[in-house]
Amino acid sequence: MDQYVIGVIVSNVSGVLSRVSGMFTRRGFNIDCLTVGETESSGFSRITVAFRGDDEIKERIVQQLQKLHDVREVEVLNRNETVIRELLLIKVRNKAETRQDIMTAVEIFRSKIVDYSPNALVCELTGETSKINAFIELLKPYGIMEMCRTGIVAIERGDNCLKTVK
Amino acid sequence: MLISGAKIVVETLIEQGCDTVFGYPGGQVIKLFDELYLCRDRINHILTAHEQGASHAADGYARATGKVGVVIATSGPGATNLVTGIATAYLDSVPMVAITGNVPCSLIGRDSFQEVDIVGVTMPITKHNFIVKNISELADTLRMAFKIAKSGRPGPVLVDIPKDIQVAQCEFEPKNQPVIPAPIPFAPDDKLEKAAELINAAERPYIYFGGGIISGKASGELIALAEKINAPMGCSLMGLSAVPSDHPLFLGMQGMHGHFASSIAEDESDLVIALGARFSDRATGNKNRFAQNFKIIHIDIDGAELHKNISADLGIKGDIKDAVARLTELAEAKSHTEWQQRIAELRSEEKLRTEKALQASYQKSCENCSNSCGRNGLSAEQKLRPYDIIDIISAHAGDSVVATDVGQHQMWAAQRYPLKKPRTFLTSGGLGTMGFGMGAAIGAAIATGKHTVLFTGDGSFGMNLNELATAVSQNIPLVIVIMNNGVLGMVRQWQTLFFDKHYSNTTLARQTDFVKLAEAFGAKSSRVFSKDELETAAAEAFAYNGTYVIDCAVDCDEFVLPMLPPGGSIDDIITDIK
Repeated sequence: MDQYVIGVIVSNVSGVLSRVSGMFTRRGFNIDCLTVGETESSGFSRITVAFRGDDEIKERIVQQLQKLHDVREVEVLNRNETVIRELLLIKVRNKAETRQDIMTAVEIFRSKIVDYSPNALVCELTGETSKINAFIELLKPYGIMEMCRTGIVAIERGDNCLKTVK
Repeated sequence: MLISGAKIVVETLIEQGCDTVFGYPGGQVIKLFDELYLCRDRINHILTAHEQGASHAADGYARATGKVGVVIATSGPGATNLVTGIATAYLDSVPMVAITGNVPCSLIGRDSFQEVDIVGVTMPITKHNFIVKNISELADTLRMAFKIAKSGRPGPVLVDIPKDIQVAQCEFEPKNQPVIPAPIPFAPDDKLEKAAELINAAERPYIYFGGGIISGKASGELIALAEKINAPMGCSLMGLSAVPSDHPLFLGMQGMHGHFASSIAEDESDLVIALGARFSDRATGNKNRFAQNFKIIHIDIDGAELHKNISADLGIKGDIKDAVARLTELAEAKSHTEWQQRIAELRSEEKLRTEKALQASYQKSCENCSNSCGRNGLSAEQKLRPYDIIDIISAHAGDSVVATDVGQHQMWAAQRYPLKKPRTFLTSGGLGTMGFGMGAAIGAAIATGKHTVLFTGDGSFGMNLNELATAVSQNIPLVIVIMNNGVLGMVRQWQTLFFDKHYSNTTLARQTDFVKLAEAFGAKSSRVFSKDELETAAAEAFAYNGTYVIDCAVDCDEFVLPMLPPGGSIDDIITDIK
């Protein structure tokens, strides 16, 4: 099954996230991740949803999203024409015997160490989901204490924009 | 003009063309009810026995008229009692505005007395809902609620208004006309041309229509299309009444308990033209077996219905009235002689099968019947079969609106009742809400001002019979026909067929005397066992300008036939039960 990424512009009103996420639950669509944040105009928020499915499921999701009153614009983003990023914060054990290996990994992945304490290191990494996954895999043997990731945000290349109508 | 939030609500309702609201007062809407009292010469409030009844009444009012039904309830339990009614309207695309009171804004989120997050609760069963926390937005929010309820595919909208918003004062500027529904996009030309090509190439076209024909006011267009291409028509439960039952091309409802001829005709067709219908599992049976032999054109106002339940070969989103009219122009006139011969064969086979089942039922003794229906002494000709009840009542009812509850009686009425014009058959199709009928019939009777018929069962009637109080107090001309078989017949039928006759909790064995009960509520009533008795009671009931309950004895082992078993297909159709 392919992964699809949908950009959704919604009115910035209370309850809108419930409405959108509730639609996915109610219709039985599984999502990989969902992010929401401000946009260039204060009246609107932008939701990015990633999910796996076939063309038919994608079409049904778009149609159902368009029916929601607070949803202003829905677009399936073409992966080849889209910049997709995710942020990872990961805390690994800080031990003398593995520290250098971790530092090397951090450097090669263009990650950053954003906190250093006697027993733990916190690394920050931005990138596509596959890169984040690879980095996590690499750090596993060193002892991951905790981690969190934002889920993806995505924006089209070029001057094509998800319009905020009205 | 500076007026209170409560007055804004009432003024906006009147401005939106609302003449009647259904509801029940309570602590958080007391101010709103005060305004309803002050404006009682301009807007009529119908007090029901229970908020659920009020929600079904608003729904019945909307179904009978096409106008937006309005229901008002207080916070907490008042609001949650609306939930079944709102869900019923949502599943059947009925335009409704539900107004609830809530605790003052400062008390929200503190589990205050009678506080419930009704916006959260009703999110998945409304087209949209609102909580108004700023009085300056109150009037426009209500207007928007009406607009959403009646735009596109209609549905319910809830507006939750905290008490302090009702009390606060604000400037109000009345509008001189109700909001206009959002324009409906028209079906694209190229798609309709493609549809016409498919229709012109088809040898055995079949039209499957649903409730969209009624809400889209497209009955005339539908009939014109069917007549031009000479295609038989069948419908979903929600489609009933869109086309007169006696139209020569109409084969009746299809699906789980649909007519034999329509279900088989659809299966044998080479093209199904689905209009304003959504291929519910009750209409299609097993989806893997469905549509093996035919192509599908699916036209609906709601793009999300296309390819949702069934993958259509051609899905077209658009206004159904316009699309069907344009399609009729594009399609070639056809006679389809062979196909019509086959349809005639199916009709006569259906007639034979129905007759056989009827006779079997007349011959059957009632020995096993747990319901002391007292029919054993009757001659075969006098026994009341479900279809006899429908026939006798319909002969007296003229063009009355018919409401039903949910269960066997609903299916018998759907199969048999001769309907003449749209919006005369009110039934809970999607949600299948037992207890829908009393409220719906009351709403319809108030909307039309005419005699209304309710077919119900002893199970369904038991759920909301408290609304007899409403019917009597409002002096509503309502004929309630209880098909009383002493059991929850539909579930019993399944238990007979699929659960080795384990009649788990479906034998009611109640000792309720419905005649006394009806009389206690102030209604008239009689219990009937034979056709003659029913004739007499029906004549009396329709002559009476008030509520009349006819309690009809029905055998507990009458079945709704034909039947496509749940998850089964047309190959598994059951037309008689040994």
